[in-house]
Amino acid sequence: MTDMIDVLIVGGGGAGLRAAVAVAETDPALKVAVVSKVYPMRSHTVSAEGGAAAVIGLGDTLDEHCYDTISGGDWLCDQDAVEAFVAEAPRELIQLEHWGCPWSRERDGRVAVRPFGGMKKMRTWYAADKTGFHLLHTLFQTTLKYQDIIRYDEWYVTKLVVDDGRVHGVVAVEIRTGRVETIPARTVVLATGGCGRAFPFTTNAAIKTGDGMALAYREGAPLKDMEFVQYHPTGLPFTGILITEAARAEGGWLINKDGYRYLQDYDLGTPTPEPTLRSMELGPRDRLSQAFVHEQRRGRTADTPYGPVVYLDLRHLGEEKIEHRIPFVRELCRSYQNLDPVSDLIPVRPVVHYMMGGVHTDLDGATTVAGLYAAGETACVSINGANRLGSNSLPEILVFGRRAGIAAAEFARSHREAEPAAVHSQGEDERRRLARAREGGGNGGRIADLREEMQHTLEGAAGIYRSGDVLAKAADTLAGLRERAEEARVEDGSTTFNTELINLLELHAMLEVAQTIVACALNRRESRGAHQRTDHTDRDDAAYLAHSLVHRAPDGTPSVGLLPVTITRWAPGERVYGRD
Amino acid sequence: MTDSAETPVIRMEVARYRPGEDAEPVFQAYDVPLMDDWAVLDGLTHIKDRLDGSLSFRWSCRMGVCGSCGMTVNGEARLTCGTFLTEYAPGPVRIEPLKGFPVIRDLVVDIDDFLAKLSSVRPWLVREGEEPPLTAEYAQTPEQLEAYKQYSMCINCLLCYSACPVYVLDPDFLGPAAIALAQRYNLDSRDMDDRFDVLNLEDAVWGCTFVGECTKVCPKHVDPAEAIQRYKVSAALRSVLPWSRR
Ligand SMILES: Cc1cc2nc3c(=O)[nH]c(=O)nc-3n(C[C@H](O)[C@H](O)[C@H](O)COP(=O)(O)OP(=O)(O)OC[C@H]3O[C@@H](n4cnc5c(N)ncnc54)[C@H](O)[C@@H]3O)c2cc1C
Ligand code: SF4
Ligand code: FES
Repeated sequence: MTDMIDVLIVGGGGAGLRAAVAVAETDPALKVAVVSKVYPMRSHTVSAEGGAAAVIGLGDTLDEHCYDTISGGDWLCDQDAVEAFVAEAPRELIQLEHWGCPWSRERDGRVAVRPFGGMKKMRTWYAADKTGFHLLHTLFQTTLKYQDIIRYDEWYVTKLVVDDGRVHGVVAVEIRTGRVETIPARTVVLATGGCGRAFPFTTNAAIKTGDGMALAYREGAPLKDMEFVQYHPTGLPFTGILITEAARAEGGWLINKDGYRYLQDYDLGTPTPEPTLRSMELGPRDRLSQAFVHEQRRGRTADTPYGPVVYLDLRHLGEEKIEHRIPFVRELCRSYQNLDPVSDLIPVRPVVHYMMGGVHTDLDGATTVAGLYAAGETACVSINGANRLGSNSLPEILVFGRRAGIAAAEFARSHREAEPAAVHSQGEDERRRLARAREGGGNGGRIADLREEMQHTLEGAAGIYRSGDVLAKAADTLAGLRERAEEARVEDGSTTFNTELINLLELHAMLEVAQTIVACALNRRESRGAHQRTDHTDRDDAAYLAHSLVHRAPDGTPSVGLLPVTITRWAPGERVYGRD
Repeated sequence: MTDSAETPVIRMEVARYRPGEDAEPVFQAYDVPLMDDWAVLDGLTHIKDRLDGSLSFRWSCRMGVCGSCGMTVNGEARLTCGTFLTEYAPGPVRIEPLKGFPVIRDLVVDIDDFLAKLSSVRPWLVREGEEPPLTAEYAQTPEQLEAYKQYSMCINCLLCYSACPVYVLDPDFLGPAAIALAQRYNLDSRDMDDRFDVLNLEDAVWGCTFVGECTKVCPKHVDPAEAIQRYKVSAALRSVLPWSRR
């Protein structure tokens, strides 16, 4: 048992590290710790490419960023959260600049901005096309300055200790030694990222397995808007590696197998040689991914061993622009797809990219469990509604990471009571459970087989288009899979760096989250943003201008309700792209 | 996609080491499909998923940016997610942990030494005086950005340490990536430090014998060897002209 931590942050990505610095700056006397299953600089934020949105002048206004975000989210965003987000995003990006982030620059030394999908103004800050990489390393290196931040690198949190509606710490495994420890804490901030790995084809790193969502959900905190899964329109066909939207912002075209810019057929505007904001290739991701499915049905996609594709054409941009603005795109195409975008078309198809849903929080990241906070992709505040706009996530993790850190620090300062006995007993129970999982080695299926079955079930039922009967069947399949996963075979009995055990725990988390995705999708009998039902094709504001809120029932099944959306100044309207 | 009758296979000889069980590393051979678009890492995940769940290795992004998957492939330090298996056809191909680091298990090495070294070079922007309000950025022209940009591209994969003949003999040597990252800040027009106290040491820049292996293996073209040479020049200048910086 270790000393009581004031603010224990689970996750060392952008949200977690920003929260850690916020706590350290708010009150240096507080004990703050970051627990992460990978070294912080390996967190998935490192993969973000295109940029981070924040109003920086140039004829732009906060209201316009709000409007783009809210209409992009098909009016499911909480508008008070969006207003707070948009107002604080600029100072967060400037803060990163003051910490050394190598943002790309204009000739006169100001930070440069680029267009991005669904944004009516140029407001996306970028560090070439490795924005997340630079942002994360800048943040990580800056945290090294705060030597009092305690780090638990390569520790995997398996459980939150919650007693009487209040969090008291976590149980975690030190991966290197297999040691299971209970870490008592006055507050816990979940910053564990998304859950793309629950799907077969994703841009997400191996570590994105929804752990934080499952941890909170199991302890009674509801998840919100889980049916909204973002497909990004341009993934490389075999690996799922993302080709950033910045490639289209710099002028890239999406063409079908006949070389035709097909988006013009889907109410996204008329093609122009130069990119037009909020139009064609710079439409929102949900609409672009849906257009792909229609192209496929019309037989206008090309076939590859890894499924149908369309093409991203960057050739007309020329080598110099590609090298200068999107060098990583070129590097990824060359090293992972054996082609050069300067002279070749890039085959792409929609790929699971981002979870709009997550742990239900208020504007300060507080969940319904006292002392438990969540921020970043694992949380749902919600600013993303039914469809996130590209480049809103990086500023989101900073704005709400900081807010959650400050709120947790405040809570820790005002709640100084000693830990209850439950901490010890829950820790012991968890230790025994983990030992059984590792030593028992069930006789059920292989972890990888169960995982694949889950992934294909989700893709089949909760993909770009959904329908009630397929979703209902998927709910049964997932329930069965959950039982079988209890008996999954673990071949590795070692306590040293046992990644098979971690894979099993991640599978359990993903199954839990998968069930909530399907349950929420089944419950929402309308089409909105990234959630498109073939059996309920219209948006239905009368019934569903509301968040889905999913609780875990005592028998472990998801139970879905609705929560009204907060509207401040923007009445729900039609989403218009490519025509003014 | 896998295991059809016609798919050729390649033999992967993988170093296994389980403390408490193996006295020393042993090689275990696995046959995996030799697919055109598979990286070495895909071969390893195939082994873990299909053949032997007990094999341990690190990976995450599978796009060459998280820095987790460095290993020794046929004797060379490589990022396994960015190295095609076909490069080693018809095989066999040997996979070992990164050399120069203590092995924790199988292909997983202990990198805590690097993290301590990274912290020691103050890898953050050092400024004097109060931080200005968060209403405006520090100006930096594209040329000023270019001056350090290359050194900011380091993904901490540690291939350079693994390849460095000095580090292998002298674990106290600060090493290529930590020095390159110190230079990343030294050359940043917004930074006001020169990290002389931690760089101008026998175990820091002066330990480098300019073999240049680090630059050769670096998958991100950081060129740590150049970073070190440039610092030697400015450190030498500084001892002649004590007031000059950089
Ligand atoms: C390829 C790609 C490109 C993107 N590009 C952009 C972009 O250009 N602009 C933009 O705005 N957004 C982009 N995004 C989205 C954005 O990068 C992510 O939403 C964001 O980085 C998430 O940050 P996070 O801090 O919430 O989580 P992450 O960075 O994913 O960090 C999660 C952390 O939690 C830890 N963790 C998880 N589970 C556990 C556990 N059980 N125990 C201990 N630790 C745990 C992990 O170790 C990690 O440190 C992109 C996403 C992808 C996939
Ligand atoms: S300098 Fe290059 S080889 Fe060394 S850690 Fe950085 S990226 Fe890897
Ligand atoms: S898996 Fe991230 S660099 Fe290879």
